Amino acid sequence: MTDKDLKLKSVFLRKNLLKYIYKAKAGHTGGSLSCVDILNVLYNRVLNVDPSNFKNPDRDRYIQSKGHCVEALFVTLADRGFFPESDLETLCQYQSHYIGHPTKKVNGVEQNTGALGHGLPICVGEAIAAKLDKKTHRIFTLLGDGELPEGSNWEAFLSASHYKLDNLYAILDNNKQQITGSNQEVMNTDSLRDKLEAFGWSVREVDGHNLAELEEALNSGPFEVGKPNFIIAHTIKGKGISYMERVLKWHHGVPSPEQYDLALSELDAAEALI
Amino acid sequence: MELDKIIETDLKMGSANQEVFADTLESLAAIDKSIIVVTSDSRGSGKLVPFGQKFPEQIVEVGIAEQNLVGVSAGLASAGKKTFAISPACFLTARALEQIKNDVAYSDNPVKLVGISAGVSYGALGTTHHSLHDFAVLRAINNMIIVAPADNFETEQAVLLAAKLDQPIYLRFGKKPMPLLSEENQDFEFGKGRILRKGNNITIIANGETVYPAWQAAKALEEKHGVSARVISMHTIKPLDTALLDELAAEGKPIITVEEHMVNGGLGEACASYLFQKGARNRFHIIGIPDEYTVTGSQGEIFKHYGISRDGILAQAETLLK
Repeated sequence: MTDKDLKLKSVFLRKNLLKYIYKAKAGHTGGSLSCVDILNVLYNRVLNVDPSNFKNPDRDRYIQSKGHCVEALFVTLADRGFFPESDLETLCQYQSHYIGHPTKKVNGVEQNTGALGHGLPICVGEAIAAKLDKKTHRIFTLLGDGELPEGSNWEAFLSASHYKLDNLYAILDNNKQQITGSNQEVMNTDSLRDKLEAFGWSVREVDGHNLAELEEALNSGPFEVGKPNFIIAHTIKGKGISYMERVLKWHHGVPSPEQYDLALSELDAAEALI
Repeated sequence: MELDKIIETDLKMGSANQEVFADTLESLAAIDKSIIVVTSDSRGSGKLVPFGQKFPEQIVEVGIAEQNLVGVSAGLASAGKKTFAISPACFLTARALEQIKNDVAYSDNPVKLVGISAGVSYGALGTTHHSLHDFAVLRAINNMIIVAPADNFETEQAVLLAAKLDQPIYLRFGKKPMPLLSEENQDFEFGKGRILRKGNNITIIANGETVYPAWQAAKALEEKHGVSARVISMHTIKPLDTALLDELAAEGKPIITVEEHMVNGGLGEACASYLFQKGARNRFHIIGIPDEYTVTGSQGEIFKHYGISRDGILAQAETLLK
């Protein structure tokens, strides 16, 4: 896949996640749009995973701690061939495995997530196991900035550096907003880089919508031998749809027919510019 | 803090169940390098200091951080490690309950959760250190086997079986040395009650460290009244041995349950719920810790206060047999 194709893929994935949120009349729209470029790069440039042999013990692990942005994950997995995209027609319907959070019933999903502050501790366990077995696969998690106040994250930050887990990559979708307001208003996590470095992590900051920057950071680890890797990806909630960007109600807003058409026309225009 | 002295017994004394747990795990870990123990500054009370010295590669310490203990254990289990997560039962099943529910049970990561110093083992340390809720909360979580072994034999068997098990399980141990209850009945499998004493006038169903006073009460019933009392160690609360309960229902004789747990949601209510829905008409009584601020004192004093004792069970049996 060329760099241009990768950029086109990001637009395609945005269209698709909006399509299924629109159909299901439910979803975490703003956060899915803020993290979908990260998922695009992970699944198309970084992760060693095989849809036809997902359970290969040597695969890279990706555990989505911010499980509520499952729509971005589902459209990315479908596009990579983990399951037919048509399965997503059942999103959030009676007896569907495609619910509002990731579950292992869906091929390609590592863990059932959704309660916040759970992804990182599980990744620490996976990373310790890989070290014990002298395996070279890597472990990735995607955190939301709104879930940082969960104490379990800080327990895991401590243990990851204690065990020198340089095979572990935590990516923060730093869109700076959560359901009630800005992170700063709700619970201030400023000076995050300093906090994490004090906890023994090696930290990099990237533009979370710049595919090349993401790829470079995610493929250049470990940043420091013996330290877990943290990537602060600066993102925009609702990225790509002008009327959704940084607007709080799109945390889990569902577009009206007119809004949906407008969103698609904006994405068509973005596609034409690539 | 002085541990309770065991009441004089004509039974041979064994070790504390959590010591047998540690010894059994040590013997397993020597031959199976995929066994990993995860502790939250709990290796001392879990009797796992020798384990850590012998197998430093097979112990992961997370510090006093129970949520992380269970999350990390879920990750290790997911990566194929036979993972035993050890912490005092009070903290493991309360502080880390969401991790147990989601990361272990719902995500089906086969962690062996080990609650040590369970029930009121910590005695006068008080309610913060008691686990009188663990059966109830874990019974309400799908995909979780719950086992409270009575004696050293059941403990060893439970650990050996748990190591082979590919699904989540909770093992609950106390810290007091236990008498060796029966050398006759050496059958043990999860989900099957173990009949320690035969009898047909009344049945006492107990688990964990309350099986011994149940056994004593049965003996006293025979000596005092010539009453033949059956004693069942219902070590597995979930899945419950419903076939055995069906037999008791058909028999129709009184049933007493005894547990080191609050009367809400534990062994007694599990049995009562099944029996009542099956139309059983047995006289029935639950002995456990009532829904109140627990009396202060040692484990033995708390047991005695609430009738979790030979005399307390005997008195209840006399009432039901009237």
